[in-house]
Amino acid sequence: MEFLQHFGPVFTLTSMAILCGGTIGGLLLGATPGLSPTMAVALLIPFTFHMTPIHGLMLLGAAYTATVAGGAISAILLKIPGAPANIATALDGNAMAKKGEGARALQICFISSFIGGVLGILVLIFLTPVLAKWALGFGPSHLFWIAILGVTIIGSLDSKSVIKGLLAGAVGLWIAMIGYDSIQGVERFIFSEHLEGGVHIIAALIGLFAIPQIIEMLEGGRTNRQYEIVKVQPHSIVKAISETFSKMRAAVIGSVVGIIVGLIPGAGGQIAGLVSYDQARRFSPNRDKFGTGESEGVVAAETANNAMVGPSLVPLLTLSVPGSPTAAVLLGGLLIHGIFPGPNLFVEHADVAWAFINSLLIGQVLMLVFGLYIAGLAAHVVRIPPPILASGILVLSVFGAYSVQSSYSDVVVMLVLGLGMYFLSKYGFSPAPLVLGIILGPIAESNYVQGSIIAEAGDGLFSYFFTGTLNLFLITLVVASIVYSVVSEIRIRRLEPRPGVAS
Amino acid sequence: MSKYVKRFGMLAVLAAAMTLPASAADYPDRPVSLMVAYSPGGATDFQARIVTMVAANEEYLGQPIVIINRPGAGGKVGWNKFASGARKDGYELAAYNVPHFIAQSIKFKTKYNVENLEPIANWGADPAVFVVNRDSPFNTMKDVQDFAKANPGKLTVSGAGLFVGHHIAYLQIEKALDGKLKYVPHKGGAPALKSVLGGQVMAGVNNLSDAYRSRDSLKILGIADVQRNEEFLPDVPTLKELGFDVDDSSVNFRGVMVRKGTPPEVIDMLAAKVPEMFKNKRVAKQMKAGGSPVRVMTRDQVKAMWAKREAFLKQLLAGL
Repeated sequence: MEFLQHFGPVFTLTSMAILCGGTIGGLLLGATPGLSPTMAVALLIPFTFHMTPIHGLMLLGAAYTATVAGGAISAILLKIPGAPANIATALDGNAMAKKGEGARALQICFISSFIGGVLGILVLIFLTPVLAKWALGFGPSHLFWIAILGVTIIGSLDSKSVIKGLLAGAVGLWIAMIGYDSIQGVERFIFSEHLEGGVHIIAALIGLFAIPQIIEMLEGGRTNRQYEIVKVQPHSIVKAISETFSKMRAAVIGSVVGIIVGLIPGAGGQIAGLVSYDQARRFSPNRDKFGTGESEGVVAAETANNAMVGPSLVPLLTLSVPGSPTAAVLLGGLLIHGIFPGPNLFVEHADVAWAFINSLLIGQVLMLVFGLYIAGLAAHVVRIPPPILASGILVLSVFGAYSVQSSYSDVVVMLVLGLGMYFLSKYGFSPAPLVLGIILGPIAESNYVQGSIIAEAGDGLFSYFFTGTLNLFLITLVVASIVYSVVSEIRIRRLEPRPGVAS
Repeated sequence: MSKYVKRFGMLAVLAAAMTLPASAADYPDRPVSLMVAYSPGGATDFQARIVTMVAANEEYLGQPIVIINRPGAGGKVGWNKFASGARKDGYELAAYNVPHFIAQSIKFKTKYNVENLEPIANWGADPAVFVVNRDSPFNTMKDVQDFAKANPGKLTVSGAGLFVGHHIAYLQIEKALDGKLKYVPHKGGAPALKSVLGGQVMAGVNNLSDAYRSRDSLKILGIADVQRNEEFLPDVPTLKELGFDVDDSSVNFRGVMVRKGTPPEVIDMLAAKVPEMFKNKRVAKQMKAGGSPVRVMTRDQVKAMWAKREAFLKQLLAGL
């Protein structure tokens, strides 16, 4: 309960002002496509130079918390995920917004974020010493199987046809290979100088989701034939709270998945939302409604995204090993203030460390308050006439893609991928499995390469990848996931007559 | 028409002739950018931010230095862009990492090499260290050598990627141990250290600064440098002291450079002021607080260091 003694510095006027500023700014940054949590934290570090370490870290903590949640705003209202983590949120959240239920979707999203976020930080506070060693135990073979587990959900993700989902996933895996490979440094598929640095996941994310949307919005032309006014239904917060709590199963699945994925260094916390969405769908009696505006999907995705925040800091704070890109950026922020994370952090700098963790906790509360306030207003975005909205999104997309690495090439890549996706979407392909392929490709590949090098020095490939309790457990999950997909696909095909070719 | 073009051309030449010396004399009259070829938050990035934070002081540049990150492919993307597209007027600087960029220019088709870049000054030097997990049976480099000789190719050693400082230190150590090891490249220093801490590999080559922070969970067996690090790890011997022929060729030097073709007056001005800026008290204090070893070197010293490294790396990497 040591953390309770350190709430003092959090509840001062300056600290609260910093926390509120960080939260509001974070929500807005998070909602901007391209400004992922990692980017936002990196942008803020220079501002902390002139603050005391405690205040600087509070700002970073609050901004991290809020950007993760803020990414859901654009995912729900525009179907453009603010960061890869919010892809799953877009699937059902946007369907709800299109029905005029944007306020309800956003409220549920922020309440779920709060539940997941608080649980994740409680894990960070109470279980850190126990879990740190466990998390480090994950080696290349385990991460490889985790990535394969992710691949198994590609087919069923947001596609009407498993074949199309798998095809899109395969294209994503291929796109991920472009550029210099990260382990050996070999050039692959670099046909143009724009591809030299590979395809950055954020540029791909913006292009694949935003550009087809923009073109579709403009397709109607000036006459706005397709433009219908969506009536935004106000929604009471009390009802949203009770609805979220009635989706307990999804919230529990989301929190558990988020905490586990967050803890494992290098697993790419970005997949937490998608894995949890997929699991929640499998366990839900309403599984057929997923993708059509089922609030359970939003709950599962957002609890997972935010539950990841606390645990992703466990390896950083206890062993000085950043487990995620955002944690790596935070490490820089800590070092600049002369604070060395590691076993002695809570001895030498207990005040700063606990103030940081407490600010994450308070940040969750502020995120909920401001988020619910924004929800009511932001839902009206759908009423903006499509041509105006489309030009606004285009500006943000170009800005977002450029800002990631201050690179014009990323803008070109973003536009080209977006155009390609527009045509693919005409044939029933969806961007979600493609992006998942781009995320999982490098994780699977680099861990396989590393694993095979280590295996060469040991007892060979087979024993390295196929023996050991953890490997066998993960392989079982992979097999179960494939069997489940096949069985449910067969069941659906039997139940439903083959849809007409013309549809 | 052509008369106008000619006249305009002459005017332009005149204007250029008049403004060039003037602009070099006024330099810098607006903020200067510093390109970092790695992501924000990484060691090179945050050190660059610290060492440039006093640039706007009158005694240094009198103008702020803005950090621009162009990460990708181990620095190749940023440096390629810099060597082929940066302005040669002194308003676009870049951070270098030696031996990385030199090794890459030897091993890969890059647009940059020692010839088309001009060093300004060096701010830091982070030597590589040889580490094992605290629970490892190895307690000395001798133990490591005995195991490697008895089990050729069985001893896995992690490091950050190929042809970076860690890899070069590894190659030197392997040669000096006279045994066969197994190098496991990672995506960066942090994941490489993680796999030593998590027991996925038996040993690792890593940055002194990062290993220093994790010293409670590691055993640091030796430093790949010509002198001990008195500031952070005074008790850890150099590999040379232990009788292994490993010098400072793998030390990760960080500093500032410009493109070749930058006016000499600008280079001279930067070469005079930038090392002084690196020695600033506030800078030194922040660097020490961040656990970053400082080594300020002037332009001439860096030039000599680059040339020496290039000659050495050409020889070392020739067989690979």
